[in-house]
Amino acid sequence: MSSTDQDPDRLYAAREPIFPRRVSGRYRTLKWWIMGITLGIYYLLPWLRWDRGPSMPDQAVLIDLANRRFFFFWIEIWPHEFYFVAGLLIMAGLGLFLFTSALGRVWCGYTCPQTVWTDLFILTERWIEGDRNRRIKLWKSGWDAHKIRLRVTKMAVWLAISVATGGAWVFYFADAPTLLGELVTLRAHPVAYTTILVLTATTLVLGGFMREQVCIYMCPWPRIQAAMMDEDTLTIGYRDWRGEPRGKHRKAEGAETLGDCIDCNACVNVCPMGIDIRDGQQLACITCGLCIDACDEVMEKIGKPRGLVDYMALSDEGRERAGQPPKPVWKHVFRIRTILYTALWSAVGVGLIVALFVRSDIDITVSPVRNPTYVTLSDGTIRNTYDVRVRNMQGESRLFQISVQPSDLFRVEVEGARNGLVEVPPDAIELNRVYVMAPPGSAAASAQSTDLRIWLLDVEADTRTYKDTVFNGRNAR
Amino acid sequence: MSTNDHDKTKDGEVPTTGHSWDGIQELDNPMPRWWLWTFYACIAFAVVYAVLYPAVPLVKGATPGLLGYSTRAEVEKDIQRFEEANADLVAKLTQVELTTDAIKADADLYNYAVQGGAAVFRTYCAQCHGSGANGVQAAGYPSLLDDDWLWGGALEDIYYTATHGIRNEDDPDARWSQMPAFGDDYLPQEEIDAVVQYVRKISGQEHDAALASAGETVFLDNCAACHMEDGTGDRYQGAPNLTDAIWLYGGDVETLTETVTYARFGIMPSHQERLTDAERRAVAVYVHQLGGGE
Repeated sequence: MSSTDQDPDRLYAAREPIFPRRVSGRYRTLKWWIMGITLGIYYLLPWLRWDRGPSMPDQAVLIDLANRRFFFFWIEIWPHEFYFVAGLLIMAGLGLFLFTSALGRVWCGYTCPQTVWTDLFILTERWIEGDRNRRIKLWKSGWDAHKIRLRVTKMAVWLAISVATGGAWVFYFADAPTLLGELVTLRAHPVAYTTILVLTATTLVLGGFMREQVCIYMCPWPRIQAAMMDEDTLTIGYRDWRGEPRGKHRKAEGAETLGDCIDCNACVNVCPMGIDIRDGQQLACITCGLCIDACDEVMEKIGKPRGLVDYMALSDEGRERAGQPPKPVWKHVFRIRTILYTALWSAVGVGLIVALFVRSDIDITVSPVRNPTYVTLSDGTIRNTYDVRVRNMQGESRLFQISVQPSDLFRVEVEGARNGLVEVPPDAIELNRVYVMAPPGSAAASAQSTDLRIWLLDVEADTRTYKDTVFNGRNAR
Repeated sequence: MSTNDHDKTKDGEVPTTGHSWDGIQELDNPMPRWWLWTFYACIAFAVVYAVLYPAVPLVKGATPGLLGYSTRAEVEKDIQRFEEANADLVAKLTQVELTTDAIKADADLYNYAVQGGAAVFRTYCAQCHGSGANGVQAAGYPSLLDDDWLWGGALEDIYYTATHGIRNEDDPDARWSQMPAFGDDYLPQEEIDAVVQYVRKISGQEHDAALASAGETVFLDNCAACHMEDGTGDRYQGAPNLTDAIWLYGGDVETLTETVTYARFGIMPSHQERLTDAERRAVAVYVHQLGGGE
């Protein structure tokens, strides 16, 4: 509560629009490449085909929610193998720790979808409305035909990008060519249209209008990542000991007393976050490196060495102020902390790969029918019933044989099958009712319960697996 | 945070409720306009809703509303939709020849019959035969899981039993047979005791050998007409097999004596009126595949 006698601070400040200037240089080039590759993967991956046999989807990457399967090239993940997803998430977390402790917020600056799409939106904006100065002028000018034409064009292109973005998402969840046909002919499921609509809206709003506000106000990463950085982490900084005092280098006014910074504001003008890197590392900085490119350009023009604004670690500041060279990059990157993260990350990765290769492609689950626990047949035979689910995780239908052990005590029959032979269709779970019978007067027939092992044999591959259960005799409780 | 211009009175003060605690005053700001409009919109929505949909509770129900919406009608619509979707299968089921081969030839039809039959069973049969279809052992409700059938275990037999029932007065086609009560001065007690021991003998249970051999004559004279000379029973008359391990009421001396003395009269109702033909066929298919079908 503020007192009434003084003018209170406003609780809401309108956004200052940002008009990032075009820049070129090593980091900009890197960012173009990363943008091309990441967007290319996102838009094109669902269209990649992968032959899995006649009864399986031929889409390389497919999240089949209806049938609860995830296809990734040659890998097929079933819902009971969800730990693979958990493992990948753990790897993503450890990877983030690793990259952040070594290279600061590189995720934010180069690969975060918010950054990549904002970059794409700024690119189209610049392409239609011109570079920084023309955009500022346009923003200040009144609404005339010229401005309306540019704004409508820009919105149309943005909308097209947004629809393509929202549209590409749904192709990961259904056969892409089929779904595209259905979408165009208005026969697709409403969920597909709703998803596209929502993602189109979020892309347009987040990439076109909210931009840096997403990073500053909405995203938790900046807070978390900042906490994971230390004095050896490479991040972007301004060498104020070299740049200050800043000032315009006019020949007359004693330029020799000034630092290298000519206060040209190039680093500020190119910044997509609208900050001044010379104020030091700050929460809003996504470390995209564009200010480095801008400053290097200027330094080259005025004949000074590059790197007034540069990737550097906090620990180098003292050395540089004392006139010593900074530690080499590899010393910053290879530290106990980063090596530990790498080791953990690799351990999880190796574990997942091993799990992937040793996972069994046959599996049974056995649930004894307990209602009733046993049935007496007319000759006095005691019969137990088991629901045996056989999982075939391959693309072809397979022949399995169900048998029991000890086989001399029990007789086994599979409902609707001969000799316990069951054929399970490709990529499916088949429920079989298995009757196990103990002959009249036998120990198993009168005992309370007898241990029983149900075997599953893959007839062609000659691989087998089993589940242990019990047989309830006449004295079962 | 409450000192926007529109909150102030003419003299520049924010109105208060007059409450003050340790100098802290309770300001009396107007509600935010968006809040107020949302509130009005909710009231308008409620009025429109009450007119269009069932809303005001009355003695026998609620006001129907202009749209005539009712959840009951929605359920009916759903049921109708499912019935329409299954109409082909139902038609097939009523026409198909009642043999397992004929029904299993059409996998969809068989699956529908088993699943539909299971639903019918749980609704109409489980009360006596139990949800697991194991009946109530030794209490007269037969298990449908075993391979012993009083009236036959072929699909057609099960269908007939399910349709007409057993010993009920409602259906002239009900399966019917009646065991006489032998205790009513018909057989002397020692002959009853003897025949009970004989039945224990032919079913492979402990017995008194002397009584059993005396009981053989009693059995052949009085019981063999229905239970056959070897005691294996007769399905045409629903006479149980007395030589096997399964007893509908119990195979111990006491229960057997009671059965011979007073006889048994188990009843199963007719389902001809209660169930459609397709439902009766479905439940027959379901029961047939429980593990004992012939």
